[in-house]
Amino acid sequence: MRATVLVRPKPGILDPQGQAVSQALRHLGFDVDDTRVGRLLELELPGGDAAAARTQLDRMCEQLLANLLIETYEVVLDEQPHAQADTATVESR
Amino acid sequence: MSVSVEDAPRIAVVVFPGSNDDLDAEQALRTLGAEPVRAWHTEPELPRETAAVVLPGGFSFGDYLRCGAIARFSPIMQAVAGFADEGGLTLGICNGFQILTEAGLLPGALRPNDSLSFVCRDITLEVARTDTPFTSRCRPGQRLTIPVKHGEGCWFADADLLADLDAAGQVLLRYSRGANPNGSLDDVAGVMNEHGNVFGLMPHPEHAVDPLLGSTDGAFILGSLVDAARLSAAVPV
Repeated sequence: MRATVLVRPKPGILDPQGQAVSQALRHLGFDVDDTRVGRLLELELPGGDAAAARTQLDRMCEQLLANLLIETYEVVLDEQPHAQADTATVESR
Repeated sequence: MSVSVEDAPRIAVVVFPGSNDDLDAEQALRTLGAEPVRAWHTEPELPRETAAVVLPGGFSFGDYLRCGAIARFSPIMQAVAGFADEGGLTLGICNGFQILTEAGLLPGALRPNDSLSFVCRDITLEVARTDTPFTSRCRPGQRLTIPVKHGEGCWFADADLLADLDAAGQVLLRYSRGANPNGSLDDVAGVMNEHGNVFGLMPHPEHAVDPLLGSTDGAFILGSLVDAARLSAAVPV
């Protein structure tokens, strides 16, 4: 089972990286009001129990993957087998 | 067993993969009359008769994920947390400060500098309190010149937490007005825990003990720790 964890800086927290990216985009001529830079983690988990996986992922985020004082997290669980997608990824290299 | 107050107190300097200020910390502590003992991160316990612990600066575990986020799960950190819980004197410098906040032993979090630049220069600091084990050698209102060198020293807490820390007098060091090098909230440079035995700061007192390096103001901080460690070592537990 594949899980995607999105970690974002909390709203209201200064994100200098996001500001720098906004600035760079504007230099390129793009119209950008705001950019926030977070982190994306892709995890492969054994087993097929989605509820158990969600419990595990919440614990992972609380203990290590996010710092809840300054970040929020979102878990996206994909329960479909990824055999085809993996092949496609290899082919695209 | 009685311990003479003249004895050099044993101070454990914890070394993680990527620590790089451990030798400077040892040298400074030795200069100030302590007996530094290195403690590797995989050790399950602190050295015998440890009177204080220093977590030095560096880039533990490559600063992967977030600074200090992985080091806090090192085996020795359980021992450090137990030591701190029992009132043991614990000091975190720079990356050590980041590790202590990630471990929940100190309040707040350290984020990338607002400039996004690594800062490496002498900085002036104001001492807010002198009645602590980490600032006892300072004079009230004293200004210290101590170097900073970090990319992620922007200390953050939400408004409620900052108000609580202020009310409890847990902010011991602030960057002088206009000298904040990283965008840290309320110019905070160093905070202490509620019980007054754990302290973390972004500036590097261990780099300011020898006059050859331009300032000896770091001795006010580390010397205070050595004094307190000597006292705590003299008290039978």
